[in-house]
Amino acid sequence: MAKYLLLKHYRGAPAAVNDVPMERWTPEEISAHIQYMRDFADRLERSGEFVDGQALAPEGLWVRYDGEGRPPVTDGPFAETKDLIAGWMVIDVDSQERALELAGELSAAPGAGGKPIHEWLEVRPFLAAPPTITD
Amino acid sequence: MDEALLRSLTPGVLGILVRRGADFAAAEDAVQDALVEAVRVWPEDPPRDAKGWLVTVAWRRFLDATRADTARRRREDLVEEEPAAGPASAVDDTLRLYFLCAHPSLTPSSAVALTLRAVGGLTTRQIARAYLVPEATMAQRISRAKRTVSGVRFDRPGDVATVLRVLYLVFNEGYSGDVDLAAEAIRLTRQLAARVDHPEVAGLLALMLLHHARRAARTASDGSLVPLAEQDRSRWDTASIAEGVAILQAALARDRLGEFQAQAAVAALHADAPSAEDTDWVQIVEWYDELVRLTDNPVVRLNRAVAVGEADGPRAGLTALAALDDSLPRHTAAAAYLHERDGDLATAARLYAEAAHKAPDLAERDHLTRQAARLNARLGR
Repeated sequence: MAKYLLLKHYRGAPAAVNDVPMERWTPEEISAHIQYMRDFADRLERSGEFVDGQALAPEGLWVRYDGEGRPPVTDGPFAETKDLIAGWMVIDVDSQERALELAGELSAAPGAGGKPIHEWLEVRPFLAAPPTITD
Repeated sequence: MDEALLRSLTPGVLGILVRRGADFAAAEDAVQDALVEAVRVWPEDPPRDAKGWLVTVAWRRFLDATRADTARRRREDLVEEEPAAGPASAVDDTLRLYFLCAHPSLTPSSAVALTLRAVGGLTTRQIARAYLVPEATMAQRISRAKRTVSGVRFDRPGDVATVLRVLYLVFNEGYSGDVDLAAEAIRLTRQLAARVDHPEVAGLLALMLLHHARRAARTASDGSLVPLAEQDRSRWDTASIAEGVAILQAALARDRLGEFQAQAAVAALHADAPSAEDTDWVQIVEWYDELVRLTDNPVVRLNRAVAVGEADGPRAGLTALAALDDSLPRHTAAAAYLHERDGDLATAARLYAEAAHKAPDLAERDHLTRQAARLNARLGR
């Protein structure tokens, strides 16, 4: 088993095929989208592949150390062009193929017009100690 | 083994050890040992006096641990100085714990964790699950809190307001895992109300009961938020509402108004209304005026502006809102709502989308996005 991080982007990812902002969907389309994501997570929980998932607020700040005794400098909100993570899900799967399969499925969540959004998801494997090879 | 019984006895036992002069952290360890022992022994050999048994075992554990300690002499002196353990009312001992756990030297999150552990008798694992943090993290938080209050001696009553704030924090955390924190907060506030004769304690209890009574109606089956006006009022818990109103009325009759009583009065007016249209908004605005006078809290002013919008029309609400800092939480959402009621759907749709962007949690964000979507659909875009 290996863990993968699936990243959803507010901004910074290539444009989705069905790229309509959510507030331009109908309330029913929004419900269908949310239900799809919820069902997806539930199913992965039952298959033992779900680890964790959280949505993030769009507002963020940059902070850095700025010398002894000086306050950290914060710079925000982000400029409109910045890459921005909307949320993430961690899955624990048997193979990279399975991770890609699941990411593809998540990207097919329905959006405007009830059609899949086809949004790009970023899939990042976790760094971990290599598994012991027994065969 | 009756877990509920053990949980209800724990704070009293802990309180007695603390009163006898045991350091809080050591007393807590000793009580935990006694509980483990109870779980082992009681099924075979149930005690006649459960609490007395726990006190005896815990006190013996505490003495053993104290004697084994390097600072033995000093602590033994402390124990010697204490008067012999006589029968004392359990009431004062548990009360002492409330004040200890809400001690001003603790951060709010530590105070909350310690209260749930010491007064509520919850396990570290239950508290960790409720707050969605790893058990090891919560264990550290609790032991740090115990160290902070160890050595604090309790010879005078603490600040009731601080205790109430801690209980309200617990209530507002909602729930997850196997512990419903809102129900737990109500249970603890009931205990406190039975021990402290203070109208604000009653006010907080009434407020919690009135909010809790509406919980089932607040979310739809798919988890989405249902605003007050659209809630199915037949799903409100009428027994809880009746109890909350009765407690509130008794508190108000004492004429020592405080913030919690005033908030409970607003909640009672909502709970009393047979339908959203029949809500007595004029009286609600009057209670918000009281709250502004008592707290001068900008969030209260924001809620007041929304109530003014209902009582005197959306224009009046927008005027009240305009006087407030627009960076306040939910300011944009309130403006969107009032603009919609005023008939300016385009502005309302734009503001709902903006409010969704700033929403503090997922349910609220989804709700506001839906509001924007609903108006955009009506505007044909």
